[in-house]
Amino acid sequence: MGRIVLEKVTKSFGDVNVIPPLDLAIEDGEFVVFVGPSGCGKSTLLRLIAGLEDVTSGRITIDGRDATELPPAKRGLAMVFQSYALYPHMSVRKNISFPLKMAGLDPAERNKRVEAAAKVLNLTDYLDRRPGQLSGGQRQRVAIGRAIVREPAAFLFDEPLSNLDAALRVNMRLEISELHNSLETTMIYVTHDQVEAMTMADKIVVLRAGHIEQVGSPLELYRNPRNLFVAGFIGSPRMNFISGAEAAKHEAATIGIRPEHLAISKTEGIWKGTVGVSEHLGSDTFLHVHARELTQEPITVRSDGEIDIYHGDTVFLSPQEDKVHRFNQEGLRLS
Amino acid sequence: MATQHSKSAARFMISPAVLLLLGWMLIPLSLTLYFSFLRYNLLMPGTEEWAGLLNYRFFLTDPAFFDAIWNTLLLVGGVLVITVVGGVLLALLLDQPFWGQGIVRILVIAPFFVMPTVSALVWKNMFMNPVNGLFAFLAKAVGLEPFDFLAHAPLSSIILIVAWGWLPFATLILLTALQSLDSEQLEAAEMDGASWMSRFFYIMLPHLARAITVVILIQTIFLLSVFAEILVTTNGGPGTATTNLTFLVYAQSLLQFDVGAGSAGGVVAIILANIVAIFLMRMIGKNLDA
Repeated sequence: MGRIVLEKVTKSFGDVNVIPPLDLAIEDGEFVVFVGPSGCGKSTLLRLIAGLEDVTSGRITIDGRDATELPPAKRGLAMVFQSYALYPHMSVRKNISFPLKMAGLDPAERNKRVEAAAKVLNLTDYLDRRPGQLSGGQRQRVAIGRAIVREPAAFLFDEPLSNLDAALRVNMRLEISELHNSLETTMIYVTHDQVEAMTMADKIVVLRAGHIEQVGSPLELYRNPRNLFVAGFIGSPRMNFISGAEAAKHEAATIGIRPEHLAISKTEGIWKGTVGVSEHLGSDTFLHVHARELTQEPITVRSDGEIDIYHGDTVFLSPQEDKVHRFNQEGLRLS
Repeated sequence: MATQHSKSAARFMISPAVLLLLGWMLIPLSLTLYFSFLRYNLLMPGTEEWAGLLNYRFFLTDPAFFDAIWNTLLLVGGVLVITVVGGVLLALLLDQPFWGQGIVRILVIAPFFVMPTVSALVWKNMFMNPVNGLFAFLAKAVGLEPFDFLAHAPLSSIILIVAWGWLPFATLILLTALQSLDSEQLEAAEMDGASWMSRFFYIMLPHLARAITVVILIQTIFLLSVFAEILVTTNGGPGTATTNLTFLVYAQSLLQFDVGAGSAGGVVAIILANIVAIFLMRMIGKNLDA
């Protein structure tokens, strides 16, 4: 079980109010991702849930039990840190069994659980090594192993993949998702990478300056961003925003259109522009089109991988009308 | 830059320094060795003659010699225990955030800058003196008989005085080591259910192992040659109660004017110091490997 509810939780460091009153419910078995730019308070929020920071006011309940004043160890949560925080002087076996030792389990039971966790995480051959002798991905798995042996109510991940190289990151992303599927335990995952959020989450919580901007499933956020911030943050490459006369035609202050919802043509279309940088990825091509009468920013267009358009070409863009997002003066979505 | 030419140039340019250091070290050492085989008494100048191993026999069979070895070990060991344990505790205390941290940290290092003769005299006359000392005053204030530290517990008193001087050194090194501990490790341990004591013994102490090793090695080097504190307080007495090897060598050569025996004692001290060094490196040297 792992239902975590935050009620009117606030956090201040001295005079600085990091988290204004915030309400959030995390259901049992959910994979929740906190995402936002750096400094948005997502890590602080995670540390509040973990109990590593005290809340300034408000209530945190875990499975209906008030956990606001409980010390971290009593909350039944396990955390994986960004730096892995492995104990450098202990072998992998001792690292993983440390929480069990602290819980006072007898050595035989400890060993059994460590072996089981090591098997799940492919660490059996490395149990007698020190963390310093492991690669980044292996250290990450040891940190996860240390978390799963405790059989916690929920896992907390604090940007666990940010120290890995790109290929390994994709692998670990899959492994964590698979782990979630097999354990069916609540997981809360903090990241600044919206790709991680989109690919792993059941529910994404988008944060800015301590405020929750929007909560929803990845596709919900993709389809119906509640405001300009969420619209710009979710989706890669980011949404194009156009304001002014063109937006007024749609009866909005700003309109947004995703790069994948723009059709590009050399001969006909609605908006005219000049191709600037084009990024050929093989599967796709991202074209940065300059259309000065629309917007100063280049408009990004996602197109076929093998398209025959080059720098300096004049092109025409046509948005899919039903995929145009409309926002009002305050940046809120107009339905 | 690792061409043959640059290597020989480097060797050529470093050689004056190496030669100077070699001379600096070798000349006194050879002279001491040479003197240790002479019958060389300052009261009888001009009568130096070859004495073979007589000086060594004289020094090694002197009953004061075994007292001196024992006192040296007690002094080194006692000061090490006090400074390492006290240093760890003080470092833990100073690592906590509190008002006036900067000032307190400077004050803590202050004793290390007081020269040994001065600190020993201050301790002897202002604290431990059975008539005028602060401790005597405090004892009298609560109705106790003043304790004459340097007469009744001379070696312990000197250990206390020396430890007072070295405690800041240990504290400072251990404090910086403690500050380099990744706070996420402590938080992870906290999440893992470790109490403060468990965190101290399983996380902090292993992290401090290398710093403690450095403290022990450096202090041992200096503590084997403690001299000033003994000279200005007890003069090695009562009897030989506070005579360590260094002081015995001094007593032989400059109080009894027997430079030959003193030199033999010096050579013996060098050998003993190296034995201690080998033991130390065997015991704790592995902590220095990364």
